Amino acid sequence: MSRRRVVVTGLGATTPLGGDVASSWSALLAGKSGVRTLTDEWASTIPVTIAGRVAMEPSEAMERVEMRRLDRSEQFALIAAREAWKDAGSPDVDLERLGVVIASGIGGVTTLLDQYDILKTKGARFVSPHTVPMLMPNGPAANVGLELKAKAGVHTPVSACASGAEAIGYAMEMIRFDRADIIVTGGVEAACHALPMAAFAAMKALSTRNDDPTRASRPYDIDRDGFVLGEGGGILVLEEYEHAKARGATIYAEIAGQGLTSDGYHIAAPDPDGSGVQRAIAFALRDSGLTTRDIVHLNAHATSTPVGDVAEANALRLALGKEADHVAVSATKSSTGHLLGGAGAIESVFIVKALQERMAPPTINIENLDPAVTIDVVRDIPRALPAGDIAALNDSFGFGGHNVVLAFRTL
Amino acid sequence: MALSPADVLAGLKEIVEEVAGIPAASIELDKSFTDDLDVDSLSMVEVVVAAEERFGVKIPDDQVSELATVGDAVNFIVKASA
Repeated sequence: MSRRRVVVTGLGATTPLGGDVASSWSALLAGKSGVRTLTDEWASTIPVTIAGRVAMEPSEAMERVEMRRLDRSEQFALIAAREAWKDAGSPDVDLERLGVVIASGIGGVTTLLDQYDILKTKGARFVSPHTVPMLMPNGPAANVGLELKAKAGVHTPVSACASGAEAIGYAMEMIRFDRADIIVTGGVEAACHALPMAAFAAMKALSTRNDDPTRASRPYDIDRDGFVLGEGGGILVLEEYEHAKARGATIYAEIAGQGLTSDGYHIAAPDPDGSGVQRAIAFALRDSGLTTRDIVHLNAHATSTPVGDVAEANALRLALGKEADHVAVSATKSSTGHLLGGAGAIESVFIVKALQERMAPPTINIENLDPAVTIDVVRDIPRALPAGDIAALNDSFGFGGHNVVLAFRTL
Repeated sequence: MALSPADVLAGLKEIVEEVAGIPAASIELDKSFTDDLDVDSLSMVEVVVAAEERFGVKIPDDQVSELATVGDAVNFIVKASA
């Protein structure tokens, strides 16, 4: 039996750049930044006072009563999933063949911390009975699964900042292995809170360019000083190719394969030899039946940290060899900040848009390119991608040494 | 001094609307929390805790399952406040 092919038939997003895919994508192409000075009272208590808050508050898209029993990460998941499901044409599908795979890096961390504050100040009696369903990391997936009544399986892989990409790969496998015909998949994160931000700051992972928020996230720039936390999420509707054709769905792209490896090196630092990333790229190409010649675009993990960006760039050069010369590399975290468990998902949404419109989005804020970066970075303005059959890769890496590379191609 | 049933009903309506999003106008004494108002078990916990705080009474957990209707809750709270 030939392998079942998996295509993308719907997209949804809520990001620091916009409340949906169209507004996020157009702001991205326009080179805008979604990073702002935090207005929260707690921001003055931590060393980093900037982040990429979502452009559209969930209250603009959701009823108050629904919101109050959902963690912010679950609100993002439902908002983006509703957009993606509608975009896919609200398909009439056998519910036992419908699944959900949505990840989050940290889960309902703001719920956990807010309820702990209530426990300490008011007592156990006042801890919300909704706390557990709100803080569990599978909450975003579970709520979307409930809304769609999905019965093929609801899952939440967790691998820090690779979680969103790992979810999409898992979803692709579910369709390949004939567990489902449609999967709603992606990743979300809602961690703009004093504790996670203080914790990332303690690792010296965050940019402290507090006085210049829109230019703080600057992957590949010589003066980059850490990532900027973002929030939001991206959702894709994946569908078995024949199923999509049979119902006349609009097919945006094919998700052709994935490569997964682990570094076995350090809990937070990337392996400087980049071999884990290179192997993940090689596996993704093999799994998808693509060669380095087919790849014209890559959405890099590139978070704007001094060590990580160069380690990844070196690995890309080694993995792609001279074929890297025709790969337009975009580091869209320069505009969105780093959505942690949502990053691989929103970047997959951007890749699908890039293939569909044949336009690689720009990397902003590179004033002086780090000379150690020897890949072809799309800077400041979008770059047209070639006609014909083209393919693109999405890199995502997570604390713990997780490497996920997803391969997409035009169809 | 015991609270008046009318005051307790008015307060309960506000609490149920806040917690479960049910319009106060549809909340009447003979309505069942679960069958008529669609207040699930988790939301019922919220209603009870909010009512305790608002009316200054204790509603023991083993009594909560006895409070099937809005009227049951009003009667319990009025008695408990006496």
